[in-house]
Amino acid sequence: MNKRTYEVIFIVDPTAGDEEVMRLSEGVQKIITDQGGNIVKTEMMGKRQLAYEINHKKDGIYVLLDVDGSGAEIAEVERRMRVNDQVLRYMTIRVDEARRRALKLKDRRARKAAKQPANGKGKQSAASFDSDEDSAG
Amino acid sequence: MSSNYEDRDLGFDRGFDRGGFEREYDRTMPRGPRRMQRRKICRFCIEKVDLIDWKDVKLLQSYIPERGKILPRRISGVCAAHQRMLAEAIKRARNIALLPYAAD
Repeated sequence: MNKRTYEVIFIVDPTAGDEEVMRLSEGVQKIITDQGGNIVKTEMMGKRQLAYEINHKKDGIYVLLDVDGSGAEIAEVERRMRVNDQVLRYMTIRVDEARRRALKLKDRRARKAAKQPANGKGKQSAASFDSDEDSAG
Repeated sequence: MSSNYEDRDLGFDRGFDRGGFEREYDRTMPRGPRRMQRRKICRFCIEKVDLIDWKDVKLLQSYIPERGKILPRRISGVCAAHQRMLAEAIKRARNIALLPYAAD
């Protein structure tokens, strides 16, 4: 199956210590690698204020993972997080398609720029980008 | 941008809600000062943004006025394609409590 890329973000209870957060994060990573996924990036975003209360908590510790995989490991990780009381919230976003689309747009723009060099740069290129997007969507 | 959001909104709507006769009149006559608004241009197109990141809270915040709603593109001037990306990003950020669903 095609490789997919996901961004997994979850919020840990602010009362949990650094160690606990590390352990949780490592646990998640282990599940992913066990299921055949691949961790591209781990980012501890640290403690930050929540925009609204979740479980009567005003802040939380954010952890972000970039994952390559098939989707099976995501299902498993989400199942675990759902039952874990320390995880206030989690969200998984599939990003490979959006990234590919962004690359395609970039590529098309580059080709267009190569075709007609230095021809009313600013305004025209902005307008052509807009119409490109509309026809593609 | 956010503070005069209401004012500009009102002005725009009034321009559109005029009766048929007046609208006809408007089209043929030179436009009044209110209609001579500066043309709004999509900032993402200028910066050639292909992907709006939902983690970029600072950026997204400039498109949600105090109330926490998504700024309509008739006010911000963002193009349709980028408004779609922007709306998606804001909704994702809301889900993970980076942005509020509703303020005050």
